[in-house]
Amino acid sequence: MRIRTAGVVALFALALAASGCGRDSDEPAAKESPKAAGGKLVIWADDKRTAALKPFAEKFGQENGVTVEVQAVSKDLQTNFVTASQQGSGPDVVVGAHDWIGNLVQNGAIDPVQLAAEQKSAFNETAIKAVTFNGQLYGVPYAQENLALIRNTELAPEAPKTIEDLVATGKQLKTAKKATETLCLQVGQNGDAYHIYPLYTSAGGYLFGTGANGDYDPKDLGVGKPASIEAFKKIGALGEKGEGVLKRSIADTNSIATFTSKKCAYLVSGPWAVADVKKANIKYDISAIPGFAGGKEAQPFVGVQAFYVATKGKNKALAQEFVANYTTTPELAVALYNAEPRPPALTAALDQVKGSDPDLAKFQEAGKNGQVLPAIPAMAAIWDPFGKAEAAVIGGADPTSTITAAGKTISGQIK
Amino acid sequence: MSTPLSGPGSATQAPGRGPGGSRPPRSRATRDHAPITLTGVAGKVLLLGLTAGIAVWAAFPLIDGEKWAGLALLAATTAALFYLYLTRRHIPAKYLVPGTLFLIAFQVFPVLYTASTAFTNFGDGHRGGKDEAIVAIQTSSVTQVPGSAEYALSIATKGDPATGPLVFLVTDPTTGTVSAGDTGGLRQLDAADVTVAPGGKVTAADGYTVLNFGQASARSKEITDLVVPTAGGALRSSGLSRAYEGKAVRAYEAGCDCVRDTETGQTWTADEELGAFVAADGERLAQGWKVNVGLSNFTRVLTDKNISGPFLGTLIWNIAFAVASTGGTFLLGMLIALVLHSPRMRGTHLYRVLLVLPYAMPSFAMLLAWRDMFNADFGLINNLLGLDVDWFGQPWTARFAVILVQLWLGYPYMFLVATGALQAIPRELTEATSVDGASPWQSFRAVTLPLLLVALSPLLISSFAYNFNNFNAIYLTTEGAPFPADNPTNGATDLLITYTYRLAFGGQGAQFGFAAAISLFIFAIVAVVSAVSFRRTRKQEEVYS
Repeated sequence: MRIRTAGVVALFALALAASGCGRDSDEPAAKESPKAAGGKLVIWADDKRTAALKPFAEKFGQENGVTVEVQAVSKDLQTNFVTASQQGSGPDVVVGAHDWIGNLVQNGAIDPVQLAAEQKSAFNETAIKAVTFNGQLYGVPYAQENLALIRNTELAPEAPKTIEDLVATGKQLKTAKKATETLCLQVGQNGDAYHIYPLYTSAGGYLFGTGANGDYDPKDLGVGKPASIEAFKKIGALGEKGEGVLKRSIADTNSIATFTSKKCAYLVSGPWAVADVKKANIKYDISAIPGFAGGKEAQPFVGVQAFYVATKGKNKALAQEFVANYTTTPELAVALYNAEPRPPALTAALDQVKGSDPDLAKFQEAGKNGQVLPAIPAMAAIWDPFGKAEAAVIGGADPTSTITAAGKTISGQIK
Repeated sequence: MSTPLSGPGSATQAPGRGPGGSRPPRSRATRDHAPITLTGVAGKVLLLGLTAGIAVWAAFPLIDGEKWAGLALLAATTAALFYLYLTRRHIPAKYLVPGTLFLIAFQVFPVLYTASTAFTNFGDGHRGGKDEAIVAIQTSSVTQVPGSAEYALSIATKGDPATGPLVFLVTDPTTGTVSAGDTGGLRQLDAADVTVAPGGKVTAADGYTVLNFGQASARSKEITDLVVPTAGGALRSSGLSRAYEGKAVRAYEAGCDCVRDTETGQTWTADEELGAFVAADGERLAQGWKVNVGLSNFTRVLTDKNISGPFLGTLIWNIAFAVASTGGTFLLGMLIALVLHSPRMRGTHLYRVLLVLPYAMPSFAMLLAWRDMFNADFGLINNLLGLDVDWFGQPWTARFAVILVQLWLGYPYMFLVATGALQAIPRELTEATSVDGASPWQSFRAVTLPLLLVALSPLLISSFAYNFNNFNAIYLTTEGAPFPADNPTNGATDLLITYTYRLAFGGQGAQFGFAAAISLFIFAIVAVVSAVSFRRTRKQEEVYS
């Protein structure tokens, strides 16, 4: 009896020692030996970019005697990053869209990046503007994207100059039974503010006014103002009760597929749609999204993907080194382009890939007059009510009351 | 027996002996009846070893964070667990404790945590403490001094690379002079003593060891914290190879408990009720901190017209949705189970496999597939049936559609449990009723259904509670649509949970405190409904058992 109990205790003590020591022996080893020591750089990115980043991150690690780990976070990268950083278990560098900046800054999750003047000038001006928030540069951009009009050149050989042109050609195609829809612009049951924005601006609407320093001003909300109501009257006229060009049944799930099955001649989408279009063997061309006749320019949103330095990273100096001095090289930008064809933000890298991919230049041309997607936290309050108002107006609701209500809802949510 | 038990167990065991004095005969009896087996001992060692391992693993962060109360709790729990499973007493507790621990960890703690969050403003912009907010404000205000130069930087030390005090070796880009900087300021070095690489980086300097990237990055925190004062501001590192002259424009002043902008002179005073720095004109700094806001989240639910206005309508639809989903799936599942239970039915195995298929498919994917099938112009349903119904565009068709989807997703489960319960009902009972001359319907009403309900009522109640909060069923199909044109916050198919999710997370950043307050309301509603149903079930069981 006694022996057995003693055996249990001895075995347990062993197990305890083993579990305890295992940890004890790991940690000092990592700290003390100077060669392996180098420290570790942890990068979080989404699945696609992780694969593209890995070889470069490893090269950076080898050149500098440090370990670099690129971890894929496939879902809710931004939320996961904010939560993990708050607990001190976040990465040193994170890769994401520039409109996260407002939220990341208000949560104290990212630090400004200091770039030298000549480094900045190597980038596309819009891209630098996108990652600048409250006068500070918060990330290093590597790719930018915007919407454009992709058209099936067999159905519509000429790029339309105005929306009216587009509608007229679409109608002809419909009566000739060559197409069933005029325009594949995704709306969906609850609207899509991002895709309707070019038409909204062309019809005279705006989201936020800009302050003296060029930043968006959350206090100057354009939704609900008379201009926005006028804009939605024009959009409503294209809707289900009007021309039938904009439809709620065309959504993010079927807009590209409808275009690739040749049911519509025009598609409003971004560089991500090109792969599908090519796969469907459609002869296409890319041009700027046309505006209303006699209206303003149709301005798409310009979004930028960027690298950020985490405030609570364990190895901030190395993270700054990586972000400010390594991601600014064209080689990395080209590799990321090869992983996913979005136009590089570095002018040198764009020039390098332009030759082999004429679409890039066309997309960039289409986004020339684009507006930087607002990064202010107030933008988060726009998406949902604005989209729903859009869907309602396209479904035939009265623009005046709908947009006034949306404006009220949005301003109620902005602090 | 207790002598070899040194360590945590023995101390707690000693006092336990006194009151247990009357028990020895019983414990001896158990000892005789329960022989010690090798697997038993091995299992015990393994599990206790695991417990100890987890405890040690959990202890390190607690020690790091100096959370002594948590550490004491951890030690006490571990010690108690060891005592419990190394002693031969307290047999019932041995069975109850693991379940209780898991109950506390996975049920009680989350509920308490949610409840405590409901009294705070925890959310985006208010996640950390005030100190963190101040640090964030100051760091994000560091700007490069206009017109100042960018320096090539090397990190060096006079002592050991791993521990010696750090020095910045910077090269002025215009003059090419090299200086060494530390907290005392910059000192120019003799050009003869240093080797400078083409890019301007110092590769060697007399009296200094230049750190390579690996060595330097191991001391990352010291490098980012090192600020070399200069005339215009301070020299800071930007990575490991460049330095710039920067200045923190905003600084916290403890005297006025405010943040002052040194360029414009504007101040933002700390408001402990809002958890933010607020200027005189009401402008807030983005970086706030978490504070206790008392009952304001709860009063907001009750007083905000946007929330309380459509609350009743949403609640009624929510209950209708849960009842229809549960009732519909139960009826359909039970009917099929009854049909397949009939001894005259052939090929029941094949039917059962086919019927269970929807249950085997991931509901996420199925919900999305159904959403596309209901598309007004391109959807399968309209195209196949030749209809022109804007399913998700009108309140009643949308409601019908989501319930239909729920029915399809949920009936296999009800079919499975009803089949199981039916097989447990002895056939003699129904045979006896038919002998007595009852019609099949009468025998079903009087015998089968009541016995089925006794077995299935708890499942129906839990299914109701689940469907009451069935977020995915709505969020992945209609997202609450259709919405009235003048109110984008509350749609016709919104459940309380999707509605409140939109309120708490759809606006300007996540508001966890507010979301927690709402979930407490929902918790109360579901708890009341469940409690009432369980009482009724118990009465029913008394009648039929």
